[in-house]
This record gives sequence, C-alpha cells and structure tokens, in this order.
Amino acid sequence: MKTIHAKINGIAVEVPAGTTILEAAKKAQVRIPTLCKHPDLKPTAACGLCIVKLKGNPRTFRACTTPIDEGMEVITHDDELVSTRKTVLELILSNHPADCQTCGRNGSCELQKLSADFAMREERIPRHVCDLPKDASTGSIIIDYAKCIKCGRCVQVCQEVQNVWALSFLERGIDTRMAPSGDISLAESPCVRCGQCSAHCPTGAIVENDDTALVWKALHDPNKFCTVQIAPAVRVAIGEEFGLEPGTNLTRKIYAVLRRMGFKAVFDTNFSADLTIMEESAEFVHRFANNGVLPLITTCCPSWVDFMEKYHTDLIPNFSTAKSPQQMMGVMTKTYYAQKQGLDPAKIYQVSIMPCTAKKFELERDTNMQASGYPDVDLSITTREFARMIKQSGIDFLRLDDEEADSILGEYTGAGTIFGATGGVMEAALRTAYYKITGENMPKEAIDIQSVRGLKGVREAEINVDGTKVRVAVAHGLANVEYVMDKVRKARDNGEPLPYHFIEVMACPGGCIGGGGQPYGVTDDIREKRIAGLYQDDRDCKLRFSHENPEVKQAYAEFLGEPLSEKAHHLLHTHYVERPMYQR
Amino acid sequence: MKIEDLKQIKTSALARKQGCSKRACICMGSACIASGSKKVKESLDPAAAKEGIEVQQIGCQGLCSSGPIMVTEPGHVLHTHVGDNHVDPILQEIKTGAYGPKAISFDSPFYKKQKRIVLENAGKIDPERIEDYIGQDGYFALAKVLSEYKPEQVIEVIKSSGLRGRGGAGFPTGIKWTLMAQSKSADGRKFVICNGDEGDPGAFMDRSVMEDDPHRILEGMLIAGYAVGANNGFIYVRAEYPFAVERLNLAIEQAREKGLLGKNILESGFAFDIQIRLGAGAFVCGEETALIASIEGKRGSPRPRPPFPTTSGLWGCPTMINNVETLANIAPIIRNGAPWFSAIGVGKSVGTKVFALTGNIVNTGLIEVPMGMTLREIIFDIGGGCPKGLEFKAVQTGGPSGGLITKDYLDTPITYEHLQELGSIMGSGGMVVLTDKDCMVDLAKFYLNFCVDESCGKCAPCRVGGYQMAKILDKITKGRGVIEDLALLEEIALAMKKASLCGLGQTAPNPVLSTLRYFRNEYMAYIEGGAKYARQKAKELAEKAV
Repeated sequence: MKTIHAKINGIAVEVPAGTTILEAAKKAQVRIPTLCKHPDLKPTAACGLCIVKLKGNPRTFRACTTPIDEGMEVITHDDELVSTRKTVLELILSNHPADCQTCGRNGSCELQKLSADFAMREERIPRHVCDLPKDASTGSIIIDYAKCIKCGRCVQVCQEVQNVWALSFLERGIDTRMAPSGDISLAESPCVRCGQCSAHCPTGAIVENDDTALVWKALHDPNKFCTVQIAPAVRVAIGEEFGLEPGTNLTRKIYAVLRRMGFKAVFDTNFSADLTIMEESAEFVHRFANNGVLPLITTCCPSWVDFMEKYHTDLIPNFSTAKSPQQMMGVMTKTYYAQKQGLDPAKIYQVSIMPCTAKKFELERDTNMQASGYPDVDLSITTREFARMIKQSGIDFLRLDDEEADSILGEYTGAGTIFGATGGVMEAALRTAYYKITGENMPKEAIDIQSVRGLKGVREAEINVDGTKVRVAVAHGLANVEYVMDKVRKARDNGEPLPYHFIEVMACPGGCIGGGGQPYGVTDDIREKRIAGLYQDDRDCKLRFSHENPEVKQAYAEFLGEPLSEKAHHLLHTHYVERPMYQR
Repeated sequence: MKIEDLKQIKTSALARKQGCSKRACICMGSACIASGSKKVKESLDPAAAKEGIEVQQIGCQGLCSSGPIMVTEPGHVLHTHVGDNHVDPILQEIKTGAYGPKAISFDSPFYKKQKRIVLENAGKIDPERIEDYIGQDGYFALAKVLSEYKPEQVIEVIKSSGLRGRGGAGFPTGIKWTLMAQSKSADGRKFVICNGDEGDPGAFMDRSVMEDDPHRILEGMLIAGYAVGANNGFIYVRAEYPFAVERLNLAIEQAREKGLLGKNILESGFAFDIQIRLGAGAFVCGEETALIASIEGKRGSPRPRPPFPTTSGLWGCPTMINNVETLANIAPIIRNGAPWFSAIGVGKSVGTKVFALTGNIVNTGLIEVPMGMTLREIIFDIGGGCPKGLEFKAVQTGGPSGGLITKDYLDTPITYEHLQELGSIMGSGGMVVLTDKDCMVDLAKFYLNFCVDESCGKCAPCRVGGYQMAKILDKITKGRGVIEDLALLEEIALAMKKASLCGLGQTAPNPVLSTLRYFRNEYMAYIEGGAKYARQKAKELAEKAV
C-alpha cells in the first residue's frame, strides 16, 4: 500500500494511504478531541470537535473523516481551533442537563471528561434540554432523551452492526432525537436488548437498568438464601473497572468478593456452560446421526434468540432447544442443589452476573424460564453493575485472597470458559461432539480449534470428525447473521447440500466478552485481549472437555440421568415462537 | 430517430409558427397561474377560436408581480395584469393590429439590459410541446455531441467555456465533469443528477426553467451523461413545485417517445434515461450528499465529504450533481461554442446569471443578466428601484446563506469573487431589496429561523448553535438584550461556520454576521432602547406586514 508523508503540527508522519488525519495525528503523539467518533463505527462527523486546518487552505476539515494526503501540513491546535472547539462544546453542554451526580455515566462519561479537560467553567448560553420522559420499557436498558447529544453511535450500532433497526433518528433541528421509529416505546420496537447502544453511548443517554439496589436488598433479607453465578466473560473484563489490563482473569477474586458480600453459595456459569454443551452436543449428534433438522443453531444468546424470533422465524426448527447456561444454572440451583442441601427453593434467590443487558430480559422470556415452579434466575446484573456493587461494598477487591467456587455447581472445564468468546460455544460443542461420535477425545494438538476463533465477522470451517466432515459457521454481530442464514435458506430452497451442519451466533461483536453490559470503551483491541484471557483460562484448566467435568457427570448420575432425558428436557430445554417485530 | 428527423421536426415547427401570425400567448408559469392566468385562458380559448386567433401557453416573461402576462402577435406586445375582462379588447387589438398604450414594453430597460441564455426560450415556446423546443434548435446540441464529439471533447468545451456551478458555490463545471469521467464504477453504473431542490426563500429561478423549458434540462443531462459515461439520470425536484414536476414528466415522456431518451439515442448507440424524484420538503436536501440519501430513500441528512459523490454517490456509484441552471447552460454552450460563452461576463465569472428580484422593488420578477453587471444596474435600471417613498438600504443576495450589500457597494460588479469579498455569496440567485422601512435585526432573525427550522439536526454546531443564536436574537428583539450578547452571537456564528458539517450550517450565521457588520446600530438601538423600543418596533413591523 502507498505510504503517505505528511506533517502534523510540523512533525513528520508516515502512514498508509487512506489513513484519516485523526489516526495519523496519533503517530505524532497528538490527540484530537472527539465526541462522536468510535473505533467500532464509521465516523458520523456529528460533533464538530475534531476540526483541523490544512496549511494554505482557508477551510476547516473534520479529522475523523478527512484522509491525509501526500505533503499535507495539518494544524490540529491553534487559537482559533481551540476556541472554536470550546464554543462547540459549550453549545453541546447548553443542550444537555447538568445532573452529572445522578447520572449513570458519572465518572465514565465522555462529555463530562471533555468538559473537564476543556476547563468549562461558565454557563453563558442558556440551557435548553429536551423534556421527554425516560423510556424504561424494556427493563434492560433505559433511554434518557435529555442526555442524548445526537452523536449517532447508537443508531449506527443498532442499524449497521446489529441490523436490528430499533433506533433511528426522528424529527429534525433542535428537536432531533434518536428513538424507536414510529415514536413507540423501546419495548414495542424490534429492540433485542443487546445493549450495544448503551455500550457505545458517550453519555448517560442510554444506560443499563441498574438493579444493584435490588441485589443488596435480597442480600440483606434474612429470609432469602442468596446464590450467585458469574458468566465466563465477566472474569476477564471486570478488572478494567479497577484499572487492570483487559483480559486479566479475576475468577477467584470474584468468588471471594461475592462471598464477602453475603452470597451463601457462589457458582460459576462455566459449570452450566459445560452442562449446556452436554445437552447441545447430544442434540447435535442426535440430529446429525438421524437426519434431523440441520444445521443446528446455538441459542445461548438471548438477543440472538429474540432477533431470530422476529427476523428469522423460518429457522425456528433449527434452533437448539437447550436453554442458556444462565437459565440452566438457575434451574439446577433451585432443584438439584436445593434437594442436595435440603433447602426450600422458594427461599433461594439466584443472582446472575452477566456481560449482558439482554439477560435481564431472558429471565422473563416465557414460562419455560420457571421450569422448577420458581424463576430459574431471580435477578441479572451486568458486569458494570457488579463493579459498582464492589465499589459500594467497600471491599478492597484486588487485594482479596483467591477463593474457590462452591461445589456442586462450581467446577468448570476449559470448554465452559471459552463460551464467553465468539466461536467458543462452537469449539466446546465440537470437542464433546467429537467424543460422542468417535468415543474418544480429540488429539491434544487439535483441541484448540483455530479455524473458529478470531474476530472476523463470519468464520466458516470444516472439522474432520473421524473422517466425517462437519461444516460449521460462526457469526457475531447480528448484521453478520444475514449472510449465514441466507446461505442456509438458499440451499434449503434449492434442495442443495447443507452449507453447514452447525452454526453459532452471538449477537455482540466479539461474543459475550464484547457484551452490552461490559465495561465501557471497548475496541477490537480490547476484545482481543479479553478473548485471549479466556483462551488462557482454557489452557490453564486441567480439564478441557465438558464431558469430563466431574460435577457435571455427578449431576447426570445423581439427578438428570442422561442428556436429553425427560427430566433434562423439562428443566434444561425450551421452545421458540414467532414474535411480532413491532408490539403494536 | 435520426438527426434528419430532428431537422424535419424543426422545419415543421417553424413553419407552423409562421403559419399563424395572429397569436395570443399567455404565461402559464406558477406566478401567473397564481394570479389567475388559467382562468383567463379559459375565457380566451373559445373567444380566440371564434376570431381565428391561436392561443399558446408560454413560460415566464419575468414580470411576475404584474401577472397574468400575455404576449400578442403580431407586434410582440406585452400585456400585464390581464383579467377576464381584457380578453375581448386584446383580441380586437390583435385583429386590428392597433394597440393602445401599454404599461411596459419589451423595449424597456427591464428587458433591454438583460441577456437571456438560460431563459432564451421562456416566452417563445409552449413548454408542453417538444416540437416547439426542437424548433428553437432544441436537442441539436445533443445531436452535435453524439455525432461529432468524443466524450472528452465535450468536457473540454465545457471546461474552456469557464462555466461554474449555478447552485451557489461556483465550482467549475468542467472540473466536476472531468472528475466524474475519470471515476470508475464497480458495477458499471454512474448517475447524473439534476438538483432542482431550490429552496431559498424568495428564489424561483430554477422553478421557472423547469416549468418553462423542461427539455433544456433533459438535453443538458443527456450531454452530461454522454460526456462522463453515465446512462442514468435523476431529477430531484421539490414537491412544492407541482407544475415543474408535471412538465418535466411530460417532457420525459415526449423525449422517450421521440427516442431522445432510452436506448440508442439518435442512432449513436448512447443510452440514457431519466427519472424524477420528489423532495419531501427539507431544505437541506439541496445539499448534494443529503440529496443522494433522500433519493436512496434514507433520512435526508448530509454526510462528510470526502468521498465526494463523483467518487461514491448514489448507491455507492459515481454520481455527478449539477444544478438546474448549470445544466440549462450546456446546450447553448455546445451550440455556440466555448469562446462565445466565455466572452460574456468578467474575469472568472462568465456567462449569465438568473436572479429572482423580490422585496421592495418595482419590478418584482425573474431576470437574467451577464455576470459583471453592477448591482445598481440590476436594482435601479432593470428592477426600477424601490417603490415611491422608500429609500434603498441594502440587498440580500444568496438567500439564507448569503449576506447584505449596502448602498455604498451598489457599483460592485456581480461576480462570485466580488460578492464573497463583501461577505455575501452568489447563492442560487435570490435578491431581496430592503429599504429604510425594513428592520435588519428582524431580517436576520427571519433568515436564521429559516435555517434553524431546516437544520437536519445531525451536527452539533448547526443544530444547537443555530437554535441558541435564534434565542439570543429573540431576546434582543424583545428589548432584553445586553451588549455581551453581540459578542456571543459572533462567537457562536464563528463556531458554526468553522465546525458545521455542511453548507447549511456553515452559512446559516451569514445574515446575522452581515447585519452585525453593516447595521450594528440597529442591534444597539434594541439593546439601548430596551423593552419600550422593542414594543414600538414590533408595532411598526406588524403594521408593515399588514
């Protein structure tokens, strides 16, 4: 690729052709302020803060969208640019409430930080703030229209990355707002609660519904026996909230802090991930061997399930009926664990700590989520809420001694832990399916199934299972699903051979580690580090096959019987129905 | 159809015209229709038929405030304010050839000082008859390029003519065409778009061209398509121009019927077709990237450039957008040659410009003058100056994006460069004449509010900046302003100019800056006079409005 030679504030830089001024400036150790640009998204050029000048040109240019050209001399900071930026920031603030203290983004808000950096001290321009009420209709995320700065990130992520089209821009001029089109509530829109809008919002305009108070209330209730589970992706991201590098694995400190907070039993969703694999791989092997409906499509991701029930209803028969690990853990706690411990399941209060906003919604999806007669899980909180709880608790989290999870729903294998990364469910399922088909484990050097790993939007692979070719596809970021599903449909409608036998979908880019409830500021770089943390955890595990998890084996032996047994079906499986895209 | 057939049509069209020496031509432009020309025509048709006089509908004669307008032959006599009751006397005049005195004639300075290229056919042809257009050498420029020129030769002609975009910014048309011609399309599709989303308050130049001479636009687009290698065209017209849409649709139908649109045009192998798309009332859709989004069926808001549409435009394909007036200049340039065109005008501003004269001026209407004419000539000689009892104060050019020119600068020649020097712009060609009775703060407020209403809301400087400036102006005109407000206005204005994404936001503060520059005293009067002054002023303005 052609190399461009240019100057940023007199400092020579060399960058590949096509690099924007914004990126090139970083090479000269210059940071140009931005408010709308996000590394995941195409620049919208909305905020106007990144303006720069080019020597010999009277105009100003947006650094986020202008490619740097050979010989360009860029001026990023001069009196006029800095004061213009300050005025623009002042204008944005004049259209934003001044209630930082009670805002969900207090301390992590990009507008707040920029205002601090720019030393905004005066309020010369009278405030005009939108007075629409908040939209809390989904229970997962809350839209506060007043705090929206119209950067367009949420709309872009909802439409282009997730292909959901719940959010769009309405009205124009000063009345412009992002909202569900048709002026309906978010719950009535096609929203799948993935929360990517909240993860990309620079301000507190879209935040997760904070349930931390409810957790504390339950923990302080003497009549409740509080149990908790932590999802795979949480362990490698929570550290970011405490200044650690992304990917730092804090599993055992999380167990410790949860116990200190007052949870009576600390479980790990990785256990139920192993359990999910037992059911799902059994389902796969059964369909594969008996000419069942293929490809089998994974259903661990509630946003994907919701999306499918709205947009891909013709593929409902292809869906794995296995519940997600969150729900399996919940129902196992209230049945198997309760029986073993002699506890009244009515008193058990199960909290899940998830990287996900949609998990809050999954709890109440339908009556199957109360298979034991009690809600499988009572409350789900995100990684961000969990971090807040740790900070509220006053516990010096990072200095706690490592602890272990509670038995009999706490032990996990490497296959369970990689559930948090895109391709991980597929990889874990293949490891066990291989065993079920061949009767022996994959050779050691084949355990890391590299072809399904990585951040490419769609990954297709062919896995050799004892001479049989199993064709698989992995998609993450809902916009990437279309390609895979259309390929399946085309083959089905034309009577051609199946393009795939098995498909894994996770709604969020990168999988759960990039979930809508994870710490802010995610980029592909951070996603890769979190994923690396999980693969390291996998390698560090003595056991790397779900079917070798001793507690899972014990659960089948003592309680469930076989995978796909009647009991397993009743407790661990669900079904899907077509849902209208718009609820009104 | 072959070129010979085109010549045949021309011959018979001219013969037809010569065959009927007694004609009553009535203007069917929007302004005349609004003042009742359709009703007049209803009375005229049967009466004229009885007398053996042919009735023809024609386009705008420019004197829009004096409509309905009629031109009669023989004698080429101009009748203004024609009502039902004038039909019989006018028919008698045509019959006898003895005309009574008329308010204004084609020999008046209003007409004599104009130079009509874009509007050359307005008033000569029936816009609904393709034969009339062909009779005026219509489609012969197309025939010429298809039979004699290679595409790059066409571009060379346009380049050397010095034609610049008439939509406002004045970008050299030849350079745009060159960029477009060089641009490769991944799927082979390239588009030419005619921007007919004229939206400046007080501007109606493009409407007139579309209504009065629609084939001229089609011909311009065809030539452009041939030159840049595009086979598809769109005309984007605002829905508020129903007659323009009607006539363009008819023109497209006629051109298709005659084989001037479609495949193998004039047996040259060149294919080109045109579709119409209607705007839904957003001013910002005149901005090219917003216009493209609108045609694609998306929310009409601008996107950052680069990439420019000539690289990646409609559905990602190379797209060239030219304004109506720009395209209307193409055929005459091809017919008469680049040197002919570049000899008109001054410096880098060549050719003519159509202006809509409005405000407090005697001859409200549409004019076309050579570039370089002074404002004094336009306003006082052609426009007839201000009505009795009113004193000229300033003229607003360039609509809501433009600025004021005061009487001290009346001798400025109208060129892109001179107007810019004065802090205004050519814009699309609206000219609003203001007198001593007009309040400049109120004017600035009007234009700013227009832009605030029309802001798409995408970028913060325009969305919030415009709104806050309007609030400050409102405060000032209520007599509650303080001196610091003026500095704040200027500061926000600068931020909008520097940091807005598109032309709308970048130029929206111009009327405020321009009035602050030349009429700061009027702002000060509000600030110093307080509420009492503001009340009195509001009363005056209300009275004036009545």
